[in-house]
Amino acid sequence: MIAKTALKNIRYRPLNTALSLVLLTASVAIISLLLLLQNQFEKKFSDNIDGIDLVLGAKGSPLQLILSSVYQMDAPTGNIPLDSAQVWMKNPFVQSAIPLSFGDNYRGFKIVGTTPEYSQKYGATLLSGTMFQKDFEVVVGNAIAEKLGLKVGQKFLGSHGDVEGGEVHEDHPYVITGILKPTGKVIDNLILSNLSSVWAVHGSHDHSEEVTDDHVHSEACNHEHEHSDAHDHNHSDQSSETAHAQPETREITAVLLKMRNKMALVTWPRLIAANTNMQVASPAVEVNRLFTLFGVGIQALQYLAYGIMLISGISIFIALYNTLKERKYEFALMRISGAGRFHLLKLIVFESLFLCVIGFVFGIISGRIALYVISGIASDEYKMTFSPLEVLWEEEGLLFLLTIFTGFIAALVPAIKAYSLNISKTLANA
Amino acid sequence: MIQTQSLSFSYSPAARFTFPDLRCDKGESLLITGKSGTGKTTLLHLLGGLLRPSSGSVSIAGTALESLSERQLDAFRGRQIGMILQESHFVAALSVLENLQLASWLATGNQNSDRALQLLAELDLRDHAAKYTSQLSIGQKQRISIARALITSPSLVLADEPTSSLDDENAAIVTQLLKKLSQEYGAALIIVTHDQRLKEQFTNSVVL
Repeated sequence: MIAKTALKNIRYRPLNTALSLVLLTASVAIISLLLLLQNQFEKKFSDNIDGIDLVLGAKGSPLQLILSSVYQMDAPTGNIPLDSAQVWMKNPFVQSAIPLSFGDNYRGFKIVGTTPEYSQKYGATLLSGTMFQKDFEVVVGNAIAEKLGLKVGQKFLGSHGDVEGGEVHEDHPYVITGILKPTGKVIDNLILSNLSSVWAVHGSHDHSEEVTDDHVHSEACNHEHEHSDAHDHNHSDQSSETAHAQPETREITAVLLKMRNKMALVTWPRLIAANTNMQVASPAVEVNRLFTLFGVGIQALQYLAYGIMLISGISIFIALYNTLKERKYEFALMRISGAGRFHLLKLIVFESLFLCVIGFVFGIISGRIALYVISGIASDEYKMTFSPLEVLWEEEGLLFLLTIFTGFIAALVPAIKAYSLNISKTLANA
Repeated sequence: MIQTQSLSFSYSPAARFTFPDLRCDKGESLLITGKSGTGKTTLLHLLGGLLRPSSGSVSIAGTALESLSERQLDAFRGRQIGMILQESHFVAALSVLENLQLASWLATGNQNSDRALQLLAELDLRDHAAKYTSQLSIGQKQRISIARALITSPSLVLADEPTSSLDDENAAIVTQLLKKLSQEYGAALIIVTHDQRLKEQFTNSVVL
């Protein structure tokens, strides 16, 4: 009955209630949105660097190199010659090396020339079809296939550059041979081909029409070179094979390296910067730097949200305190009807707590709606999606406790005032 | 039903009230009149256990109020005493019926809706059960106060100037209902007033 009365009291003063609710909702929404964003953002970033110790690429900003080659978010720093990259890829310190070559896109989705190891690294197995084997065969990331409705066997034309609307390469249609399973990582938004497809397409700019022949030629060469490969170094990278075919014209964009010897993580950046025209960057270090930059912004927003929470606490306090004057007869009357002091205390605390619980629920919901909207924008612009349905039990549980605590503190003084109300005096002055 | 013995109360050493001994039995009524400043409301608050007397004792239905703790007094008041005030106050956010239910629940832990509806019917207010009290006239509000005072079947009904803000017609109705219902529910009725209109209707009266 006390709870019911408290609810009715909240409803009876819609303006006070609305103000408190709006403030509470805003603060809870901002905090939960930030928690979710930060959490999922960091998870997304960390998931994608699993198994990548260093990235080898052209000189430039190391952060840009990491963003472009690991997260496919930024423009590449430039290309590097395959043969100079291979010096390092073959180094005994290296456990695995995955070359990447960018150049084209299909409707805004990057076509990445690489080796099948790339999809293995992300644990992306085939949902249907087969892995690319020949030139111009591609496998498509799950998110793209879903968004564009692509199926195995379909053909499409790539266009130059990494954004939509570049020059269309009409001579080289790609054939989809496979579609990957969803992984929640960047590979979902990539189209994968072998390296020589990329070289073939862009070779055609330089040498007009003879590319196809050129390519057949290079494939033929592969077989000849297989023997020399075997005694040279026994890695079966097809990129290195093709590289042997025409070393001077082959360029790649970056190499994802997993090191056998972790000492190299420390020594290689300086070593490579000093001796070559290339650089290596550590994704862990760069991402950390990025988080620190973000962290300042997120922290500022968080303080803002806690500020709003404080204001909503004050608003509840003022609303309860102000109505105390007009409600003291009501309270005296309840006392006459047999209510103990504790009943009144409970009534006021309940009113505040109800507001807080409702505000919390609204806030959690609107935070998720906001995340859904942001996810829509981010997936268009950065190929990154966030899940609004994730619940962070620990953080959001704490947020709930904080909200309840705010409500409790806000109710404290008015509740004590009601508790210590002098009935006789109140009624005598009526 | 109610009996007082050498009651006195002082707000300060200068303002000290001593009250004559009172007695009012079940089904009877007693009118206490007097000019303002003679302590009528103070006496009523002493009888209702809202104030503790400086000396003397109040005994209701065999229980001495001074023997009860604060908490016991709250419970006792809810069960045994119904109060009607000059200006009736209600929980504004609740409907008429819910106000009665709340009063019953606070006193007995039981909402007693049937009884509340029955009382409203007796007071000719059945149609207003779902309204907010702010939508009612003063006369109607005062009748609801009567219902609220009686819903717990108290042994004592205390009324503080129940008619002074009412017109003649409503004053007569309220007085009639008060007398009739407290008799019906077997409660002792004590009315404190300076309203001359009531004097003719009560045989028992004390002047302060």
